[in-house]
Amino acid sequence: MKNLFSEGGRMTRRLTTCAIAALSITAATHGVAAQERDKVTVGYAISKSGPNAGGADMTVTPNYELWVKEVNAAGGLKMPDGSQLPIEVIAYDDRSSAEEVVRAVERLASQDKVDIILPPWGTGFNLAVAPLMAKFGYPHLAGAAVTDKASDFVKRWDTSFWFMGGSEDYVSAFTEILVAEREAGRINDKIAMISVADGFGIDLVKAARPSFEAAGFDVAYDKSFPPETSDFATILNEAGNAEADTFVAFTYPPHTFALTKQAKIASYSPPVFYLGVGAAFPVYPKIADGSVEGIMSLGGVDPNNELNNAYRAKHEELVGRGADYWGSVLIYASLQMLEQTIERVGLDKAEIAKELSSGTFSTVLGSETQLEDNQLRAINWVGQWQDGKFVAVSSEGSDGTIQVKLPKPDWE
Amino acid sequence: MNMKTLHGFALAGVAVVLLACAPLLISDYWTGVLLGMTGYVTLATAWALFSGPTRYISLATVAFFGVGAYTVAVLNEVMPYPLVLLCAAGIGMIMALMVGLSTLRLAGVYFVIFTFGLAELVRQTVSWWEVNVTYTMGRYIFLPFEGRHIYWQLLALAVVTFLISWAIGRSRFGLALKALGDDETVAAHAGVDVTRIKLLLFVISSTIITLVGAIQAPRWTYIEPSIVFNPTVSFMTLIMALLGGAMRLWGPLVGAVPLFLLFEWLSVSFPDHFSIILGLLFILIVFVMPNGVLAKIDDLRKGGRT
Amino acid sequence: MLEHVVNGLVLGGTYALVAMGLTIQYGIARIMNLGFGDMIIAACFATYVLFTTFAINPLVALLILVPAGYVVSDLIYRILMKPLVARAPDEGALEVDSILVTFGLLFVIQGVLLALFGGGYASYSFLNTPVNVLGTVVAGNRLLALVLSLAIGGAMVVILFRTRWGMVLRAVALAPKSAPLFGIDTDRAARTAFAIGGAMAATGGVVLSMFQTFTATAGVVFTMKALIVVILGGKGSVPGAIVAGLLLGLVETFVAAYVDPGLTLAAVYAVFLVLLLVRPNGLFGKA
Repeated sequence: MKNLFSEGGRMTRRLTTCAIAALSITAATHGVAAQERDKVTVGYAISKSGPNAGGADMTVTPNYELWVKEVNAAGGLKMPDGSQLPIEVIAYDDRSSAEEVVRAVERLASQDKVDIILPPWGTGFNLAVAPLMAKFGYPHLAGAAVTDKASDFVKRWDTSFWFMGGSEDYVSAFTEILVAEREAGRINDKIAMISVADGFGIDLVKAARPSFEAAGFDVAYDKSFPPETSDFATILNEAGNAEADTFVAFTYPPHTFALTKQAKIASYSPPVFYLGVGAAFPVYPKIADGSVEGIMSLGGVDPNNELNNAYRAKHEELVGRGADYWGSVLIYASLQMLEQTIERVGLDKAEIAKELSSGTFSTVLGSETQLEDNQLRAINWVGQWQDGKFVAVSSEGSDGTIQVKLPKPDWE
Repeated sequence: MNMKTLHGFALAGVAVVLLACAPLLISDYWTGVLLGMTGYVTLATAWALFSGPTRYISLATVAFFGVGAYTVAVLNEVMPYPLVLLCAAGIGMIMALMVGLSTLRLAGVYFVIFTFGLAELVRQTVSWWEVNVTYTMGRYIFLPFEGRHIYWQLLALAVVTFLISWAIGRSRFGLALKALGDDETVAAHAGVDVTRIKLLLFVISSTIITLVGAIQAPRWTYIEPSIVFNPTVSFMTLIMALLGGAMRLWGPLVGAVPLFLLFEWLSVSFPDHFSIILGLLFILIVFVMPNGVLAKIDDLRKGGRT
Repeated sequence: MLEHVVNGLVLGGTYALVAMGLTIQYGIARIMNLGFGDMIIAACFATYVLFTTFAINPLVALLILVPAGYVVSDLIYRILMKPLVARAPDEGALEVDSILVTFGLLFVIQGVLLALFGGGYASYSFLNTPVNVLGTVVAGNRLLALVLSLAIGGAMVVILFRTRWGMVLRAVALAPKSAPLFGIDTDRAARTAFAIGGAMAATGGVVLSMFQTFTATAGVVFTMKALIVVILGGKGSVPGAIVAGLLLGLVETFVAAYVDPGLTLAAVYAVFLVLLLVRPNGLFGKA
């Protein structure tokens, strides 16, 4: 018995020694790695092909590339000790498949062991990777994801950050404008609303119905259509029959473009013409043959913000085309915040997350950008084309941003 | 059971045990790879269960896969998980029965197109239902599963699928199937109830496919029709089974494993040229081994002997 | 009511235009071309580049791209399809082989387009002018699609049923095994049919690009629409493709107007599946 005990004791001791040795070796290699670190690896998986590629290619990927180019041209990411490290990028194509994006993030985290993982495009894909980002401890700066549940998600995954607001935010800001217009007697109380039967469209329309109705509007036409729809002659026809002064379409770019073309053909020009994703793309005026004045959508920029103008010029110069007027600037701001966080606290993931949620940053959005409850709230919710620019607007009589100009003039 | 089968079983058993232990030793990423691979091995084997002997090329894989995933998304907060899986299997089975009864008299390319249309119809209908009836497009699945838990479930399902496939191949039923594959008319004259056999196979195969979708769903947290009814799943399954050889028990496995690893390697090494390489590879497969890898190996062996 | 008929026919014209090429490829050359939609997309991008970079009018682009579509498809047939046709023991085997090979082709075309143009949306505006048809205002570019599909369809019917050359093509379609006994060069006939189909894909692409937003990976959508029309109309039947195309356009429009726009595609697939069960050989197919 005694023998057994001593045997056991010796066993434990030996194990402990081994463990300590192993630990110290790990620590040593870790120390070496930290000293010899000559770069920062940034990884991301994004839809380069498949149905999601169009959105990712407009809003997310160019900003990742722009940011990396800029940082590396300036000598690399600044570290707390003043040194600078260049960024090395590992980019995968998730081919618009949820299983691929999940596996790509697993690969980035446990195989490539990158320092930072940037998020994919889209609400669904950001949610698909959120549990993994949390599990591996990476701060998750969910950029291109509109969701009303952000305040739940930050509780579930406390290293997640949400930069694009929720449907209710966009809709309530828009409703405010409508109410002011109705009081000014410029529009009637009827709304014709269509939406794409996909995550984005449904999320917004779900928020819009109660918001419009609570404000005393009558949603006279309210239909959704499948994402593959390409012809809107009949839908616009029926919407026109509703005799509403306000037309709202929560759509993706192909629909937004097709709707614009069809509305021109049918001379359908209600006083308020509000479209979804795509109306804030710089290419949009070309698609509408120039007559975009008065068209409204989500997003918008402040034309007097010099930082933002500089960013747009830089985007055009380095990417070769303009940035969109909604998501791009938010994604870029999230990257600037990340950059400044690393400069303050280094590459420790938990420290980065802590600083992101409590720090104040200077970004294209303004010199004092802050997150509230891990969410960016300083977002422009409603935009309108005015004099060839898609500017952030608010209702008549309110201060702050530029005032909305309604009714929309007829098509040229 | 003769000696050879026993050896086969022992070998397969050891392999399964090793595979089951793997996630404890390897990184999360490789567990993810094993997971995806097992998923496709199961899909391809289940697909071949029906399409191999009947030579019906089905593109309805994703219809069943998606229905399985959606069932989990809808029911995961209402009832315990095992019951959810049971429901998914039941729904898949009923759907397969209905589809099978109405379509199995179609043949050739008409069946191919029909099954593709079916997958789209199911997707459109689910979207419409969610948008207009339940008012929820995206659904969340918060089940406490990590990659390895899902992997273990898939592995178990794969084993079951292989056992079913093996048992069918050995039974009298299997002999009837062989006759069916060779010549349907002759088989019918020889007293084989062709329609009933086809239907039975279709139901078994579709139920397994539904379960694969159900088991894999918790991995994506967020479900919407465009995510779970992704037609790529149907195409990948088809190609893997055909590459290995849909007429043989091990054919789909032999096709799925290398293809899956190849896709993985391509997306790591050539993320920007994935499509081109994949396409060229496809064309090459058709030209070099039209009857699948196993048949090619057989050919080579025979060629060596003579 | 009348406006829905007009809108439906205009929409259906696009479907018919897209489907005719595929039905000829499938019916006469016996190649089930899954890469068909990607050929259309390639033509879309070609038109886009010609228009936005070289300021070439899309109608002029037709004169360049249609012959180009013919030549490229001819080459594809010579290189990829001919060996398959030669080795296939029966029609079923050729069907499976052609599905697999053109599936590969689909990815190759898509990959090349992705490498050249990226995954983003492409769209421009041309001929987006209102035209009044029986009191309904429709877009000029969409009307062009309808007119072109009727004109090309009419021409094809005349060629197939009134000329010797057309008779040869039909003979190959009906009896590929016995046609050579009558001194018909089946290989050449099939190649010509496949190339004509390619030229029609190019036509469809040029016209579609005028009003539709497209991406490098959107080809599958067109292939599927075209396939449905082809199967509905009966494989190889040009009049069938036109009638089925127009029918689908009408179904979509009427469902959107009177039922729910959300169910348009579900209705299309439902009509398709039911018809397939009732008449497996299509509206104009022979039982």
